[in-house]
Amino acid sequence: MSHTAVANNAHTSPKKKGFLYYLTTVNHKDIGAMYLVTALAFFFIGGLMAMFIRAELMAEGYQLVGQTITLMDLGFWQWKVSFGPDFFNQMTAMHATFMIFFAIIPALLGLGNYVVPIMIGSPDMAFPRLNNWSFWILPFAGMLMLGSFLVPGGANAAGWTVYPPLTNAQYSPGAGIDMWILAVHLAGASSILGAINFIVTILNMRAPGMTLFKMPMFSWSMLITAWLQLVATPVLAGAVTMLLTDRNFGTSFFNMAGGGDPVLFQHIFWFYSHPAVYIMILPAFGIISQVIETFSRKPLFGYATMVWAMAGIAILGCLVWAHHMFTVGMDPRAQIVFMFMTMFIAVPTGIKIFNWLATMWQGTLDFTVPMKYAIAFVGMFTIGGLSGVMLAIPPIDYAMHDTYFVVAHIHYVLFAGSFLGIMAGIYYWFPKITGRMYNEKWGNIHFWLTFIFSNLTFFPMHFLGLMGMPRRIPNYHPMYTDLNLIASIGSFALGAVQIILVINFFYSKKHGKPAGDNPWGAKTLEWSVSSPPPEHNFEKMPVVK
Amino acid sequence: MAGHKQDHDFYIPNSSIWPPVTCLGAGLFMFGMVSLLKFSSFAGKSLIVLGLLVLVFGMVQWFRVLIAESRARGFVNPPRVLDLANRYGMVFFIVSELMFFAGFFAAYFYIYGFNLEWPPSNIETLAAHLPAINTLILLTSGVTITWSHHALIKGNRAEARKFMFATWLLGVVFLLFQAYEYAHAAFSIDSGAYGSTFYMLTGFHGFHVFVGTVMLMVAHARLNRGDFTKENHFYFEAAAWYWHFVDVVWVGLFLFVYIIPS
Ligand SMILES: [Cu+2]
Repeated sequence: MSHTAVANNAHTSPKKKGFLYYLTTVNHKDIGAMYLVTALAFFFIGGLMAMFIRAELMAEGYQLVGQTITLMDLGFWQWKVSFGPDFFNQMTAMHATFMIFFAIIPALLGLGNYVVPIMIGSPDMAFPRLNNWSFWILPFAGMLMLGSFLVPGGANAAGWTVYPPLTNAQYSPGAGIDMWILAVHLAGASSILGAINFIVTILNMRAPGMTLFKMPMFSWSMLITAWLQLVATPVLAGAVTMLLTDRNFGTSFFNMAGGGDPVLFQHIFWFYSHPAVYIMILPAFGIISQVIETFSRKPLFGYATMVWAMAGIAILGCLVWAHHMFTVGMDPRAQIVFMFMTMFIAVPTGIKIFNWLATMWQGTLDFTVPMKYAIAFVGMFTIGGLSGVMLAIPPIDYAMHDTYFVVAHIHYVLFAGSFLGIMAGIYYWFPKITGRMYNEKWGNIHFWLTFIFSNLTFFPMHFLGLMGMPRRIPNYHPMYTDLNLIASIGSFALGAVQIILVINFFYSKKHGKPAGDNPWGAKTLEWSVSSPPPEHNFEKMPVVK
Repeated sequence: MAGHKQDHDFYIPNSSIWPPVTCLGAGLFMFGMVSLLKFSSFAGKSLIVLGLLVLVFGMVQWFRVLIAESRARGFVNPPRVLDLANRYGMVFFIVSELMFFAGFFAAYFYIYGFNLEWPPSNIETLAAHLPAINTLILLTSGVTITWSHHALIKGNRAEARKFMFATWLLGVVFLLFQAYEYAHAAFSIDSGAYGSTFYMLTGFHGFHVFVGTVMLMVAHARLNRGDFTKENHFYFEAAAWYWHFVDVVWVGLFLFVYIIPS
């Protein structure tokens, strides 16, 4: 082992890596790392927006909306910010937008970009220059999105779902929606081309002997995710293009007066956006599978069923979009079909949950930080999955639609699911990426605080929703006060403790204990090379038996 | 790559400035769009033109590098994995394009079924002559490109060139006819849902014909320059696949937009 490590170190000659290097790099590991850092920055931006929402909802009445707050007062000079009446709406819309398009998806793509080629024994991605493009278009998309806060009328204030007629030129006259649409176009193009890259890499660049059904589960999850991105994202591009022309060129796709229908937008939008949930959760499934496998010291239970379950989720996931639209007055027969299809997704998902449990069963469990995240993921994601089954039942959905129950559900899926999955992956591969160990003690503290405060934040939202509190409204009836206060306190703490993660990583990256090639005793190929891996991953093409 | 022999056939390019240059072009174009739609028309148009120039320049440079690399590799016995990667890549790119059109077709069918009368009575629909001729043109071009391909496989490059020329010429004629039709239509994109769906579908299709025509022109130029061999002419095939895809979308358009409603 030490011999190869020396050889690898000699191979990666140290060189100065400036901005120009990162701008033009085609190395999948550099690009993966850039994705991760970018996603981290956007996590904090999206998180600040969540903090605003929770601060507003901390008590009944208006806390921030309509207020002018003096941030700094030097007597002769004051720094004030004032929040207009629709600023809260902008926050709810843009919190979701940034978290989905700029934090969760890039974080997962970043991990995939870094790890998948090594896992399958490939020297890089199939189209390294295209990979560079997929990353570097994101800053422009981000600038458009962030820039929309500065234009008259502000950013998109109509929800991340941008439903017309609220987003028509009449009701959202500012440039915010247009900038949102164009930014989504750029992020979508990045997503589609990235998906092509992943699919071709995984189909074409596996090492000799690495058959599809010997691939680690994370590679499978990225393959299936990429397929979903490939077929769903162009449809979103079409939907927002029609919205753009409705707003600016007088088309009538979603305009009743001209023979269009706003409900059409919801159909097309959710044809992308339901699969988008799987785009954000399937890679997390893959990460969790790797982590549980490694730290249970057992091969993954039911490997083939895991693959088929994931493929089943992806296929069914494309056929359930209208469960978001039960309240628009759909044909009851269609509602029943969409209800059963949706509930049916619980079957492959349940297979996965039980397979993870069976993998841990009688395993020699090693409770490292990533393993703790993985176990928390399994428990909390199950809660999110079950509330999803509830929402799939039309009569229940009529009552819960647009309440905090939906907010609770989606955060148990996307925070307890995607975010915890990303955390598991980041802690798991941190030693591989940086060559050093993170600080175990602070990693544990970060885990426990995140686990406690995320439940404190999101669990009360179930009750708020059951009590009928509507989402996206800055004020509420006094009966919701106590639970909102708990959720707000939880969320501030949850946001604050993420600093631990940043400090731990940036400190450990320089000063952590050297990790060695395989600190976890893991079986997959990325652990057979040095940490960090050599420039083109393998000195000799690995052969899998 | 760092001096020692690589034991695989994959090609790992060096760092490249062209992808970020095209990103810059796309970004400038988008900011230009925002400005054009909501702020200054002059600034918007300037930014759009600048963005397009940067974008096209970056893409041209990028493709020139790709062509230079394939020439350096030679057209005899290229590594199979590289050929496969290109093929997979093009197929999946076309799949994504197909889904893009699927979204618009879905919208079209929804609106078609949603409206009690279609086409709406206030719309003076277009006669089917010109689109029928255009259908013939595209179908013929599908034949000519196949002819050209077979000629290339048989080693008859002169014939391959001739039929490639015919193919992109047919593409140009198609576009001219479509422009003529647009200029003489009695309704426009803001004439209700009919105008919206009609121009969105035919407009995006026309743009794809334009892109396909440019691809075919490049294939023609490369044939003239002596690129490609009987066995290895991936770019030629990719352009042909793209052309067939554009052709198929048109047949769908012709049937569902022009013929069946009337
Ligand atoms: Cu859904």
